[in-house]
Amino acid sequence: MSLAELICPAGTPAALRTAVDAGADAVYCGFQDATNARNFPGLNFTPDELAEAVTYAHARGTKVLLALNTYPPAGKVDLWRHAADTGARLGVDAFIVADMGVADYIARMYPGIRLHLSVQAAASSPEAIRYYCENFGVKRVVLPRILTIPEIRQIRREIPCEIETFIFGNHGLMVEGRCSLTNYLTGQSTNMDGVCSPASDVEYVRDADGSMSSQLAGFTIDRFGPEEKAGYPTICKGRYAAPHRPEGYYAFEEPISLNLSRLLPELIEAGVHAFKIEGRQRSKSYVRGVVRAFRAAVDDIKAGREANIADLIALTEGQKQTQGAFETKKWR
Amino acid sequence: MIPTSEPTARLRPGEGAIARLACLVLQPVLTRVVRRVAARHPSLFARLGPHQATDFLIDPVELPFALHLRPDPQALVFRAVPRDTAPQVGATIRGRFLLLLELIDAEQDGDAAFFSRDLEISGDTEAVVRLRNALDDMDGSLAEEASAMFGTPGRAVLARLRRAYPDATKPREYA
Ligand code: SF4
Repeated sequence: MSLAELICPAGTPAALRTAVDAGADAVYCGFQDATNARNFPGLNFTPDELAEAVTYAHARGTKVLLALNTYPPAGKVDLWRHAADTGARLGVDAFIVADMGVADYIARMYPGIRLHLSVQAAASSPEAIRYYCENFGVKRVVLPRILTIPEIRQIRREIPCEIETFIFGNHGLMVEGRCSLTNYLTGQSTNMDGVCSPASDVEYVRDADGSMSSQLAGFTIDRFGPEEKAGYPTICKGRYAAPHRPEGYYAFEEPISLNLSRLLPELIEAGVHAFKIEGRQRSKSYVRGVVRAFRAAVDDIKAGREANIADLIALTEGQKQTQGAFETKKWR
Repeated sequence: MIPTSEPTARLRPGEGAIARLACLVLQPVLTRVVRRVAARHPSLFARLGPHQATDFLIDPVELPFALHLRPDPQALVFRAVPRDTAPQVGATIRGRFLLLLELIDAEQDGDAAFFSRDLEISGDTEAVVRLRNALDDMDGSLAEEASAMFGTPGRAVLARLRRAYPDATKPREYA
């Protein structure tokens, strides 16, 4: 049986402590800059905060993984190298990387620290994953959310590293690490600046009838009726009118969250080593609720009991959940 | 900065006078609370960044007044204002009173409240995101801290509020 480690999000020091106390095996976090894919205003850690967080987590047997999972623009690698130097100095347990240049730097400078391949690298074939393992010593791959469980089982047999899969959270999965939709509208890059739908470009407009429009850079992404559940203002989850669908429809995805609580035993059996909970941008309340629920479920499964996962629907986007491609390739 | 303050409800006869009176009575309490919070949680201001100078309107829909906040450490503003005289602000956060209180105390998740449409925001979204993240990084309960400042009567008021608005806490516990 795999270890079924629980990898939990932390957007602030308080969220990190909450995740540790709720039973996280490892917590992942990032600095307050473009080196990570949740570069949101007011979120993330200063080096001093990370130092305290590492001390707090290690004292309780929890690992800290530092996300350096964006792509440096050509000629601007210093910010990423400096972040890696700082993380190494502060004693993080692993770096989560996407860019080969960043992976190469860490592999050469800090060979004693584990490298995890971010979902942002979009490595979904055994050949691609083996390439990262052989050239940079990657110890774990976070798989893109486009694979079925039989496919994951097959990949596991053909790669020399551990597998981590998402089990809960945001489900915007166009082409991970390659999506340029935000860039197209706002000029900021999800993959290089670390923001999808930057808050500075988002506006919510309330109409007289109680409807709400969400807008990005002046473009209406969706309009929710007075009683309708809402989602994030991301382009991939927008509802658009097209000549063949003048009433408007979800052209890519709909507001929905991934929830694999019912598939945990199968994922463990398929050889998944670690389960990732998405949501560094979410609150302590979310972290506490989701981590506690999955901690109890994983412990039950390890003890041979049937897992009775708490209802997490209230925390999902659009208050809808899916098992996505993990259940069937027909998803979208 | 986009002015967004808009009165949510038309005033009923006499409500304006009640609102003004309530604001007057509340003001010394609010001033004490905000000064104490600022003194005890200085790191809050770093997360606010440039939005320390932004005016927020926190609008508890069922109360007769709203709250005007400018989280500037040099010149803190936190005052109750009748809706009909609310200032033009950079961002507005609107919802049931206890929901707002629970969001501040991280007992509820802001995104979930937004998805369910219990929470409404307008104006400068970045300002709201910064305020949310700054408050979420505070340990402990602001509501408890503030009520404790006023001893047993303060705690009694908080307990009474929580009893008075039980459904503002739905869904209360996720796990
Ligand atoms: S638009 Fe959607 S798919 Fe693209 S980066 Fe944003 S959340 Fe991901």
